[in-house]
Amino acid sequence: MKLMLQDIGPWFALLLIGFLPNEIWRLAGVVLVRGLDEKSQIIIWVRAVATAMLAGVLAQLILSTSGALALIPVGVRIGAACIGFAAFLIARRSVFAGIVAGELSVMAGAYWFGV
Amino acid sequence: MEQPQQQPPQPEPPQQPARPWPRVFFDGYATAIRSVFFYVLVGNYVGLGALAFEFGFSFWWMAASTLLIWAAPAQVILISTLTTSALVEVALAVTLSSVRFLPMVASLIPLFNAPGVRQRDLLLPMHFTAISVWVEGMRLLPARPRGERVTFYNGLGSGLISGAIIGGAVGFYLAARLPLLLAATLLFFTPMALLMSTARNARALLDRLAFALGLVVGPLVAWLNFGLDLMWTGLIAGSIAYLVHRWREAKSMKATP
Repeated sequence: MKLMLQDIGPWFALLLIGFLPNEIWRLAGVVLVRGLDEKSQIIIWVRAVATAMLAGVLAQLILSTSGALALIPVGVRIGAACIGFAAFLIARRSVFAGIVAGELSVMAGAYWFGV
Repeated sequence: MEQPQQQPPQPEPPQQPARPWPRVFFDGYATAIRSVFFYVLVGNYVGLGALAFEFGFSFWWMAASTLLIWAAPAQVILISTLTTSALVEVALAVTLSSVRFLPMVASLIPLFNAPGVRQRDLLLPMHFTAISVWVEGMRLLPARPRGERVTFYNGLGSGLISGAIIGGAVGFYLAARLPLLLAATLLFFTPMALLMSTARNARALLDRLAFALGLVVGPLVAWLNFGLDLMWTGLIAGSIAYLVHRWREAKSMKATP
């Protein structure tokens, strides 16, 4: 038998398969590093792993194949991200300039390809 | 002790007379509202709120999910699959999408070490940890006096989470009227903000390398279809970056005995 949403209701589902699976990882993070120093080698390595995972999330978001974003061709999304990053560098590392340039490019690209 | 970053070693902030906690909390809250992430979260959660509306969840369910889960990717999965997939599958997908919290919290917690900080004082900062709060916390906390960091971070987290809740509410009501193109560009907001703000904060070679390698390894792992994509991306790219960092450190120590 497959347990579905209507068997347990949206609120219980929120707690059981929304809240709990997230909080477990956060709690594990607290428990694992008890007493460690921020300059210890393990923490430096863990920081690198966290940063790389963040980049992984970013790549997933840009290349995502579901949701409204999937309607925009993947080439347009990658191109817009590159244009945004270039603008960020040209504008002396301005986050605002980068986001605006990236957003305008993706909008223009989406319009061009008739989304 | 060898400084992990290439920046000049920062001296610990001087001991000041303790400020009352509401002021420190408000400081954090105000910092959150001025952060680019606040606006990004509003935009991002407008999209999520619209999604929740489309899948038939209630307004309060959406707000509670932001407060309790506080992870946009997990919420996207939950909202878009809960009504159609078996609960076990949804639970697995949500669990795997949130592995990143383990290293994030683990690298953050040592910044809170201070006399008088108990384990249970860390429960709230732990819950507030999401990508946005983590990035801002890692950037801002080292300059704060140790005794104020927990309260400041709680203010930061509360500020950003309130932006997300407002965004979700707006999206819930806009849902019927949001044109598709606008919805898609709203969703593009999140990766753009993530890219720029991480690039701005990554000044040490270790961070830059880990980030760049993650961008390459991530899609590669996804293409190879191992499963557990994010975990492998983190472990592979993060470890390579760390090894390069160690190797360079050893070399520079030899060069300047």
